[in-house]
Amino acid sequence: MNLEPIEWVDDRLGTAKFTRKSLNKIFPDHWSFMLGEIAMYSFFILLGTGVFLTLFFNPSMATTVYHGSYTPLDGHTMSQAYASTLNLSFNVRAGLVMRQMHHWAANVFIAAIVVHLLRVFFTGAFRKPREINWVIGSILLILAIVEGFLGYSLPDDLVSGTGIRIAYSIILSVPIIGSYAASFLFGGQFPGHVIIPRFYSIHILLIPALMAGLLGAHLAIMWHQKHTQFKGKGRTEKNVVGVAMWPAYALQAGGFFFLTAAVIAALGGLFQINPIWLYGPYIPYKVSYAVQPDWYMGWLDGALRLFPSWEITGFGHMIPAVFFPAVLLPGVTFGLLILWPWIERKFTKDYEYHNLLDNPRDNTWRTTIGVAVITFYMVLFFASSTDVLANFFNVSLNLVLWSFRVAVFVVPVITAVIAHKITKEASAVPGAGRPRKAMVIMRSDEGEYTTVESPGRPELELKHQAIHGGEPMELPEEERAHKRELGEPVSVDNEAAFATASPAVVLAEEIGERPSGGTGVFRIPRAAGSGGGLFSPRGSRPNRVDNDEANGKDGDR
Amino acid sequence: MSGFTPDLELNQNEIVKQVERRYERIVGISFTISLLASIALGVVFWQGGQTQAEGALLFVVLGGLGFGIVAWGKYLVPQGPYVQEREELRSPADEKQAFVESLERGESLLLRRSFLVKLLGGAVGAFGIITLFPFIRSLGPQPKKMLYVTNWKKGSHLVRPDGSKVHVSELEVGGVLTVFPEGHAGGAISQTILIRPAFQDIVTKPGRETWGPQGYLAYSKVCTHAGCPVGLYQELTQQLLCPCHQSLFDVLSGANPVFGPAPRPLPQLPLAVDSKGYLIAQSGYNEPIGPGFWERA
Repeated sequence: MNLEPIEWVDDRLGTAKFTRKSLNKIFPDHWSFMLGEIAMYSFFILLGTGVFLTLFFNPSMATTVYHGSYTPLDGHTMSQAYASTLNLSFNVRAGLVMRQMHHWAANVFIAAIVVHLLRVFFTGAFRKPREINWVIGSILLILAIVEGFLGYSLPDDLVSGTGIRIAYSIILSVPIIGSYAASFLFGGQFPGHVIIPRFYSIHILLIPALMAGLLGAHLAIMWHQKHTQFKGKGRTEKNVVGVAMWPAYALQAGGFFFLTAAVIAALGGLFQINPIWLYGPYIPYKVSYAVQPDWYMGWLDGALRLFPSWEITGFGHMIPAVFFPAVLLPGVTFGLLILWPWIERKFTKDYEYHNLLDNPRDNTWRTTIGVAVITFYMVLFFASSTDVLANFFNVSLNLVLWSFRVAVFVVPVITAVIAHKITKEASAVPGAGRPRKAMVIMRSDEGEYTTVESPGRPELELKHQAIHGGEPMELPEEERAHKRELGEPVSVDNEAAFATASPAVVLAEEIGERPSGGTGVFRIPRAAGSGGGLFSPRGSRPNRVDNDEANGKDGDR
Repeated sequence: MSGFTPDLELNQNEIVKQVERRYERIVGISFTISLLASIALGVVFWQGGQTQAEGALLFVVLGGLGFGIVAWGKYLVPQGPYVQEREELRSPADEKQAFVESLERGESLLLRRSFLVKLLGGAVGAFGIITLFPFIRSLGPQPKKMLYVTNWKKGSHLVRPDGSKVHVSELEVGGVLTVFPEGHAGGAISQTILIRPAFQDIVTKPGRETWGPQGYLAYSKVCTHAGCPVGLYQELTQQLLCPCHQSLFDVLSGANPVFGPAPRPLPQLPLAVDSKGYLIAQSGYNEPIGPGFWERA
């Protein structure tokens, strides 16, 4: 290896220790830990496609008469914003793919954040010491929703323009400052001439910068505090068990970026989203029927539909009807979200560090509350399509509305009761959800019945172990580094043996290449020097000169 | 591991190599497919681009890369599991003590000149507040009477979106039209819906007896709930529907909300007919149009 560049950098920055620790960092492995990754990768894709779009989009409300390649709108008066969106969709190479990818990535981004949040919630990963990251993550969610709404508004089409009109009314409804805030943001009365350019600079500059900063903090804190992990063999509150950053995790996570991008590209190319040319440009006195916002605004739209027509007046002032569903509800929602770690602690009185995750079924009350809350917002979400549902099922709008008004309170109670019952019963059964050994019933010659536990299937057990982990071991470089610190003798002879072992052997059986000896595939000969015995039943560490005899007999330290 | 010791296979290395070769092949094929798809994508771009082809090819390009890299990371490199001890997050007590001492040293040095500290705070604070000023003054006007008035004035002619005046004979019974004050066609705030329902059914509110000449009724088109245009007129039930949140207004009884979240009736524009038979406004709206706001009583 060419050490020159390493020397050069280290002479100037002294990075060797930090980067070694980073390369050797252990990441616990669980599919649910990828949810946050999906969100992060979607964010990167949003940045990339977004920069592309800025090259062609013109955020201006000045009107123009369209004579572009989309002939159905030929001769129509529209804003430059709308016209340039048409242009970048139809006349720019890959323009439509980029625009649709951008839109899809936004939807995926927020969905991934929400599911990631639910994972963190239900497993209790927000507990001490991770409250700060919970708060940062919650703020990122709020910013993402606002950012999504702004981006959705930029093309200045009929549907998004109506959305801006509603947003104006919501800002107007804020007590005391509402009319000032609305006038300042819109440069006067709705719609004015500045809202699209202002949304643009907030959308491409202010909020992305905030999000990038917060995301950096989110990751740095996660890196510093290390990942949480599920309970399991060899896993304690004081350690981390998983794959090493270099190269296994780096490859897996890096490859996963491309997989996320691939799915978003397929969505962007093959699944139409927000075909603004069908909606037409925004004209304030026109409106489209049966339009729904992007999914993450659905709960707000539903709340606006369900909330009764209460408008409170008194003392010469008014609290408008939309204040309750569109200002108070989100305020309470995000307030409770951010404060959740402290709210929960009020009841649990739990001030301990937690690095091991809860299984959701073991924490009955948290799971019950979570299920009820999710259901509440799901009902609101579906309520944003009252008109569509009434049409589809051919029932009166009145019936649909009142069903939802009842459902929004009743359904969460029902799901909460069900969740409570399931979690209570599941947590009462030790070993629930784990495979059990079969019982063999034998009849003797005399007709006597006996029950024996069937022998385990060691090959399955070993395979499980090889994939999901047996006895964890320390990385050899880390081990050596520790030894050097303690001044113990260090040998590097067995590096090669360590590096060549791979899980491919384990999968030999799965893909039908069963070796003659059956289960022997899990055993990698150490003496031959071709494998470190990573998957051997003993889960041993690589050979070391100083305790050679111990090897092969006893994997315990 | 409970009494289980598999025999050493003689051809073990062979098996390992064989399986690893298989995964090498899979990874290699993934990368190759990705490379070929990239070339195909280049051809598509060269030919002028085609959205679906671009999406599908991007999927193959990125998917091939991703699948290959993940397979490599999962099946061709060691997975451990490895263990790492967590370092204690909390700093040792003496470390904290030293930190507090350092902090206090600086603090006491600064606070010795407490007057200067206050002055500094005042100076920075003043700068901050003054900096807000241009934003507040330039972002937009103060709302003042903005939300109370529209462009409708006494004698404003009713015009269509294209600016043409509306003659009293033009609308059939049952007809509906979006109108604006002359000179403000297309305006968001002044938009008004002109309806000519069947005469005899109208229930006129007290004080509005002269507002609807020849059966014409004009209501603000801005929904009193969230401000959407109340765009859908159902002639059969004589109701106006707001498509955003499904508020229903009864046209015949002064556009009272009869369903949904809208809290107030749509304001009515008093109409008259001028000497040439064109519809005009007797005056502007006598109440603020659209959704509510704090200052409104």
